[in-house]
Amino acid sequence: MLFLQQGPADTLTFMIAGYAVIFGVILIYLVSLAVRDRNFKQDIEVLKEFEDQDK
Amino acid sequence: MQAKPRLLTVLDTVTAVLFVVATAMVFFYAPEEAVMGQVQRVFYFHVSAGWVGMLGFLVAAIAGIAFLRTGRRDWDIAGLAAVEIGMVFAFINIVTGSIWARPIWNTWWTWDPRLTTATIMELIYAAYLMLRSGIEDPDRRARFGAVYAIIGFLSVPLTFFSARLFRTIHPVVIGTNEPGAQGAFDMTPPMLQTFMFSLFTFSVFFADLLWHRVRLGKLADRVEQLKLKTMS
Repeated sequence: MLFLQQGPADTLTFMIAGYAVIFGVILIYLVSLAVRDRNFKQDIEVLKEFEDQDK
Repeated sequence: MQAKPRLLTVLDTVTAVLFVVATAMVFFYAPEEAVMGQVQRVFYFHVSAGWVGMLGFLVAAIAGIAFLRTGRRDWDIAGLAAVEIGMVFAFINIVTGSIWARPIWNTWWTWDPRLTTATIMELIYAAYLMLRSGIEDPDRRARFGAVYAIIGFLSVPLTFFSARLFRTIHPVVIGTNEPGAQGAFDMTPPMLQTFMFSLFTFSVFFADLLWHRVRLGKLADRVEQLKLKTMS
């Protein structure tokens, strides 16, 4: 039916939904990278302290 | 812990600028498509995300081969990083494709060859992550991961060519469309420029993310080594 109409279809909502997914997923991934980076650095600090105590 | 390289900061900045320009081109430079309307704009980042997904899996396969040849842990870290990034972008590709399909195909999902092979590809790499998490010995995990990434890569050309080899309603960008393809359109020069720029931007974005993810992988490796050392 979309191809029988005159003029562009009103699909703005779907475009907004599409870009919300694109930017949302990318943002979540970037945050997950930052969080994991911080956690690993904290882990290394703690493990180094353990290592120093054992010496 | 190594300090962040200056070149990585430059790459971050370049990526951010490219991303802003690509987004502006999608919304303000590329014209509205005559039949599909605004939803067609999803196409630029949908295809670019699919490209980065496949690029990630290709890099993982190459890293797998390199690991099996050299035995260097760096290649294992790079392979895992590439798979993770590839999965994120392949997921974006599948979900945005579904959103585009709703008004164009009148359905959120259909088991068309392209959609089916793309889903199988994503699941194959999800299984790669599950396989890795189930193996404790780092060397064994790296070996299994390398072999899996090489074999799993077979799903990538299958997905890419599925819209050309099988009867499908999914339109293609390169090559001629099947007679039953729905949602195909002729690209005007501004559309083509926006598309090419988006592909370039996502490729640079991939390189930037891969670098960050490899650095993260090295941190994870360091934590694992320290834990093993502390426990022994």
